Amino acid sequence: MKFLIDNFWTLTSTGLTQGAIYALIALGYTLVYGVLQLINFAHSEVFMVGSFFAMWTLNALASHEGHAGALLIIGLLVLAGIAAMIGSGITALFVEFIAYRPLRRRNAPRLVFLISAIGASIAISEAFGIFISRNILPVPQLVQPKVVLTLFGSQIYNMQVIIVAASIVMMVGLDQFIRRTRLGRGVRAVAQDQDTAALMGVNKDRVIALTFLLGGLMAGGAALLYTQQFGLTRFNVGFLLGIKAFTAAVLGGIGNLRGALLGGLVLGLAENYGSALVGSQWRDVVAFVLLIVILMFRPTGILGESLGKARA
Amino acid sequence: MSTGERLQAIDLRRVRAVSGMRRWWSRLPRGTRFAVLAVVAVLLYLLPVLNPPIITTPDSDFATVLFTVTTYCLAALGLNVVVGMAGLLDLGYVGFYAVGAYSVAMFASPSSSIATKYPWLVCVPIAIALSMIAGAILGGPTLRLRGDYLAIVTLGFGEIVRLSAVNSPGLGAAAGITSIPHPPGALNGQPIFSVLDAKPYYWLGLTLVFVVVALVRNIENSRVGRSWLAIREDEDAAELMGVPTFKFKLWAFAIGAAVGGLSGAMFAGKQGFVSPDSFPVLTSVLFLAAVVVGGAGNRLGVIVGAIAVAYLPERFRGFQNSRYMIFGLALILMSIFRPQGLIPNRRREVELADRKLDEVGVEVNA
Repeated sequence: MKFLIDNFWTLTSTGLTQGAIYALIALGYTLVYGVLQLINFAHSEVFMVGSFFAMWTLNALASHEGHAGALLIIGLLVLAGIAAMIGSGITALFVEFIAYRPLRRRNAPRLVFLISAIGASIAISEAFGIFISRNILPVPQLVQPKVVLTLFGSQIYNMQVIIVAASIVMMVGLDQFIRRTRLGRGVRAVAQDQDTAALMGVNKDRVIALTFLLGGLMAGGAALLYTQQFGLTRFNVGFLLGIKAFTAAVLGGIGNLRGALLGGLVLGLAENYGSALVGSQWRDVVAFVLLIVILMFRPTGILGESLGKARA
Repeated sequence: MSTGERLQAIDLRRVRAVSGMRRWWSRLPRGTRFAVLAVVAVLLYLLPVLNPPIITTPDSDFATVLFTVTTYCLAALGLNVVVGMAGLLDLGYVGFYAVGAYSVAMFASPSSSIATKYPWLVCVPIAIALSMIAGAILGGPTLRLRGDYLAIVTLGFGEIVRLSAVNSPGLGAAAGITSIPHPPGALNGQPIFSVLDAKPYYWLGLTLVFVVVALVRNIENSRVGRSWLAIREDEDAAELMGVPTFKFKLWAFAIGAAVGGLSGAMFAGKQGFVSPDSFPVLTSVLFLAAVVVGGAGNRLGVIVGAIAVAYLPERFRGFQNSRYMIFGLALILMSIFRPQGLIPNRRREVELADRKLDEVGVEVNA
């Protein structure tokens, strides 16, 4: 308890940083769930592929580090981010084409979608393990850790600010895209009622592919931020992170974009406070117990499900 | 004709052949059917002795592999009660398997923290009871949730069990618990169950599979089984018709968990040690894959599924590196071309045909 009180603000800032990454990944789950009412189990691998793309880009370009200027670092980060987004986006589309579309054509039962997605997840992750490496791979961290401000006696690092800011920018962008653009309207229409939307001239398959792509782009952004924060990646890095992100999505109310943000931040904070209270080895247990408790009292998550509804 | 259509045509022919065989089988005289089953059972028992050339596993001990297959069969049968019959998606089934294995370890092993040193045989009922309680504890608060929410909560539960084992010194922490006694029994002064020979374990496992199949079959045909079916098909309708859905869902969870615990107890008795590493989430996924690949709701189907999931990776250990990748690809292909499983539940098959009709109807109306 004393530890929690003494380090409250530090725990808060690291929790928010972690939560922002959860939230970005959670968006992918929530988008697909909102439109298809299916868990995209392979989304963890979408994230993983993104982190590998970020690693390759940075390895190729940032070999001579040390005296890089701020502008160069930003340029490299943007480049790596774009590469990660491309990698994740392609993977997400690949999953949709291989594991979802053929099943939709055949009107398969819901449980089977889950199995094919699990299959895709295992296959992608193992393929990376076999053909690339099973080891933990280091990723160059471009941003030199620096304390940018001290708040209530806790030090806040530049990377934390970057992660939270970048996530919020991406999420606001996505939210506006879904709310204001023509394509976004299509996504909401399909989320409300697939058949009616199709009758009104919405190309259902294209909208679903777009949904997967959007989730992939967010996961790509999360992948870059993750590699910059932790400086490593691995073929199975997506697994636990994926479960956590899904937990975040459910916490906030799956299918609800703002719920994903809220759920991610709540989960990140709760994990940090909880592990300060009962020991950091119980961190993941705290997250899952929190999930069970919240779902007991609020079975549709904090904000409720609503990609199709006016609120989203 | 595209490849997909051709495959579907082949599949349709296969489905007709299977249903033809079913009819032929049910028309045989009772005595003949019984005799055939007896011969099959004897052959199954003799498998590790005969070591048939193509079926045997060249890269690992055949009897050990067969034993693993029986534990998977048990787990798949238990999970089938939850997923196939009651239609509740459980992604944390390995949690119950772990509870069963750890119960045996705790109560039987002299090196565990409580060290009651009960013999294995006493520990099995304890393991079953504790897993059942675990099932009820998980089910109580969470069974109000539906579908995917339940899936993620159970997934979390599986992880909670594993992480609790990792973090509790009383449960042996990450190192686990060693020197768990084997099942009892001696022949000519030699213990039947030892580390040297896996055959007796396989025989015990196979016997348990038969017992569990018989039990599950009876439950399925009882009032409880019919309630599960009603819940699976339409929970609201079942509730309105006076089926106490929550109660029966809880029973499905508890019974499924009990079978999982039995499977875990077998595993612990053979292995002689348990550690958290034996119970990753991937195992839950494999159990679920066994149920779905085999055909959810069909006992024979889930056994075939369990054999496919547990045996094939061992048989093709030559591909050791890529076997999980191939397994993942196989899951995708299965889902696309055989969504109802290898040997589907008859009722489910009809349901699927109905869905197709619906689809055609929509197209005609449009």
